[in-house]
Amino acid sequence: MSKIGVFICHCGENISATVDVARVAEAAGQLEGVAFSTDYKYMCSDPGQTMIKQAIKENGLNGVVVGSCSPRMHEPTFRKACQEAGLNPFMCEMANLREHCSWVHDKSEATTQKAIDLVRTLVEKVKLNKPLFSIQVPVTKTALVIGGGIAGIQASLDIASAGHQVILVEKDPSIGGHMSQLSETFPTLDCSQCILTPRMVEVAQHPNIKLMTYAELEKLEGSIGNFKATIRKKAKSIDEDLCNGCGTCTTKCPTKKIPSEFNTGLGMRTAIYVPFPQAVPNKPVIDKENCSYYQKGKCKVCEKVCPTGAIRFDQEDELVELEVGAVVIATGFDIMQPSGFPEYGYGKYKDVITGLQFERLASASGPTLGEIRRPSDGKIPEKIVFVACAGSRDPAKGVPYCSKICCMYTAKHAMLYQHKVHHGKSYIFYMDIRAAGKNYEEFVRRAIVEDEVNYIRGRVSKVYEENGKLIVKGVDTLLSAKPVEIEADMVVLASAAVANPGAEALAQKMHVSYDSYNFFSEAHPKLKPVETNTAGIFLAGACQAPKDIPETVSQASGAASKVIILFSKDELSRDPLIAVVNRSPAPVFSTCVGCFMCASACPYQAIGEELITNRQGKVIKKVAKVNPGLCQGCGTCVAFCRSKSIDIQGYSNEQMCAEVIALLNHE
Amino acid sequence: MTEFEPKIIAFVCNWCTYAGADLTGTSRIKYAQNVKIIRFPCTGRIDFMLLLKSFGEGADGIIVSGCHPNDCHYTSGNFHARRRWIMFRGLLDMLGIDVRRIQYSWVSAAEGFKWADIVNSTVNTIRELGPYTEYEKVAGYLEKEANQ
Ligand SMILES: Cc1cc2nc3c(=O)[nH]c(=O)nc-3n(C[C@H](O)[C@H](O)[C@H](O)COP(=O)(O)OP(=O)(O)OC[C@H]3O[C@@H](n4cnc5c(N)ncnc54)[C@H](O)[C@@H]3O)c2cc1C
Ligand code: SF4
Ligand code: SF4
Repeated sequence: MSKIGVFICHCGENISATVDVARVAEAAGQLEGVAFSTDYKYMCSDPGQTMIKQAIKENGLNGVVVGSCSPRMHEPTFRKACQEAGLNPFMCEMANLREHCSWVHDKSEATTQKAIDLVRTLVEKVKLNKPLFSIQVPVTKTALVIGGGIAGIQASLDIASAGHQVILVEKDPSIGGHMSQLSETFPTLDCSQCILTPRMVEVAQHPNIKLMTYAELEKLEGSIGNFKATIRKKAKSIDEDLCNGCGTCTTKCPTKKIPSEFNTGLGMRTAIYVPFPQAVPNKPVIDKENCSYYQKGKCKVCEKVCPTGAIRFDQEDELVELEVGAVVIATGFDIMQPSGFPEYGYGKYKDVITGLQFERLASASGPTLGEIRRPSDGKIPEKIVFVACAGSRDPAKGVPYCSKICCMYTAKHAMLYQHKVHHGKSYIFYMDIRAAGKNYEEFVRRAIVEDEVNYIRGRVSKVYEENGKLIVKGVDTLLSAKPVEIEADMVVLASAAVANPGAEALAQKMHVSYDSYNFFSEAHPKLKPVETNTAGIFLAGACQAPKDIPETVSQASGAASKVIILFSKDELSRDPLIAVVNRSPAPVFSTCVGCFMCASACPYQAIGEELITNRQGKVIKKVAKVNPGLCQGCGTCVAFCRSKSIDIQGYSNEQMCAEVIALLNHE
Repeated sequence: MTEFEPKIIAFVCNWCTYAGADLTGTSRIKYAQNVKIIRFPCTGRIDFMLLLKSFGEGADGIIVSGCHPNDCHYTSGNFHARRRWIMFRGLLDMLGIDVRRIQYSWVSAAEGFKWADIVNSTVNTIRELGPYTEYEKVAGYLEKEANQ
């Protein structure tokens, strides 16, 4: 006999403001099989949970329905409370009265009625719930970190220092990410390379970190604790064990005019190359697309000059399979190419550049050795105009969000310019100055007061060339409300930070959610900022949203600590909401007819065969059998089975049907 | 006479559309009360007999919604559901069910607005179509036959 307890939460006023909670509790109390029903201000609070526990004990409840927020929020909380009161946790269900009812409807009779309907539906479901027991699975204590920017570096070092194995996969020939391209960093103006390079070296030397550069994730299978990752190691065309990094090949390679990615096209590189001098690993790769030998079948100069004979033209991509227990995604961001904004003249005029290009000009290791020189003629610009929000906060042509880092780096750029070119003049067109962060506002003030950077509030409408100058037309909306025109020598666009072009495909490979801008989605915007919706996969850095370095590093350490927590146990319990093939008594043993439609539908190859034998050991039947270690509980097999022999615990045919009937039938 | 209030049942997957509908809530976007959600692990789990069962139990309209193609939490459950829907859609006519009574869509965890739109537009469509009575008529007829 069912003895269900119903607990309706006010959620402060979040539910009770539009739903008559007392009436919901009263109506639930009258349902058949409900032995106890009440409402309370905060069910998830300590007193709320105690109330549930007491009611279970005092009334001998064998099922619980909590009508409150989304189960995605508090299902674990209430299931745990039930367990503490001696009730199997899977005998507890939640009716979503907040996200799906009180928050989306106005106060009315219909809203309260809907709440009653939802509660009734879950009551009917829970009557058919069966006690279930968590499945224990072993944890593989190796982490896969994807992306070797500062986020991936930090996460790898933290996890490795806790004593676990880390495999760091980076798609480029070197780790370092965008931070390796930066000159000096706000808000302290310390040199980016100087603080980053030691970390990169630490990664390379850490005994617990295995670094795979020029490699990408091909496939990810399995689940938390036990993933199987396939990595594609792209052919570098060199034998890394033989190469000693002397660099003879890169100086002798005759194909020298390839725009360097690292220098954002402001410098050139050879076809066999190390992206930058401090690269880790400091060994070259051959860029097949541009190599004369691969393209035209002639050259092989590098092979001739290599003193160790390390060049391998016949090397092929290699697929490596790895067993890992957790994954950290740290693939960073990209910047939007401002070619969608013809008014700024990017791509048309050489001296209109992006912020990232300015970083390379200002960097001591850059193509101009840190002198600010115009790309067109190498002259030192006397006047620079910086355009903030070039693409950000522009729903029409760019992205609607704020890229967060541009206000700060634009202030930094103007400052660096003033420090290097004392007589120069710098102007920043901006919409608002967003400098929230420790010492950030002070930094911007310094730019304005000490370095006399001219901030003009307003937008730029056009940039065009006249007599070797770039004429910047804009408007000053703050002081004069008049049009402004500046004759500049260089224009720097703070182009928007956007998701990586490969982010969507990667998310689909890993089955994690991403937002409409293709940034990876966190599991909860406030309380689970480093988790994804897929257990065991975590996020670090700018792949989740644009971020500066301090924020990136904190999030990376956060993600690492989540991995370390996961690895602190040898076994992990998994929800038993998985498929099972029914077992009827002898002589049939199962209604399964052995068609294996389910096996062909299962995305995880979780369904195998089982032979049923009689007492003489003769096989009388072949039926389907679910491997609980592989089944993820999607239920695709259930909808396929013609004889209704396979069912999913917690979402059984009986339960779903009971829900449908209950939802649609009210007196 | 009071206005016809359609009864609509929504079959949604836990990972995309259920989360999307949660986001509609957290964003406080309002929509009609007529649609009530039943949570499935995946659209691939949805046995389409449940859709027929729903009409039999008095539903006037149905929404089926899950992850966008390629976004399925379980790799391919939504593709199976889509294939099933294409087959099923063809049979509806034969059953005397107007195909417009079933709204098949994809709503991701980030599409709170889209969920509200789908709910409201489905409610409007079903309002225009009126109550679903065909099943009752047939059932009533069968009952009469049986009693004779
Ligand atoms: C012009 C400019 C100036 C800036 N100045 C500052 C500053 O002064 N101070 C500050 O705090 N912040 C600054 N920032 C922000 C800073 O660059 C970022 O906070 C930081 O780089 C984020 O690090 P990340 O590791 O998350 O991403 P990234 O630096 O983008 O690194 C991501 C890494 O992942 C790799 N990767 C991508 N996809 C894959 C894949 N599929 N498989 C394997 N590997 C992959 C990439 O190759 C890269 O190495 C600036 C940004 C810009 C654009
Ligand atoms: S689909 Fe059903 S009947 Fe066919 S093999 Fe699988 S469990 Fe057995
Ligand atoms: S529920 Fe069925 S189809 Fe889904 S993973 Fe488990 S066995 Fe495979």
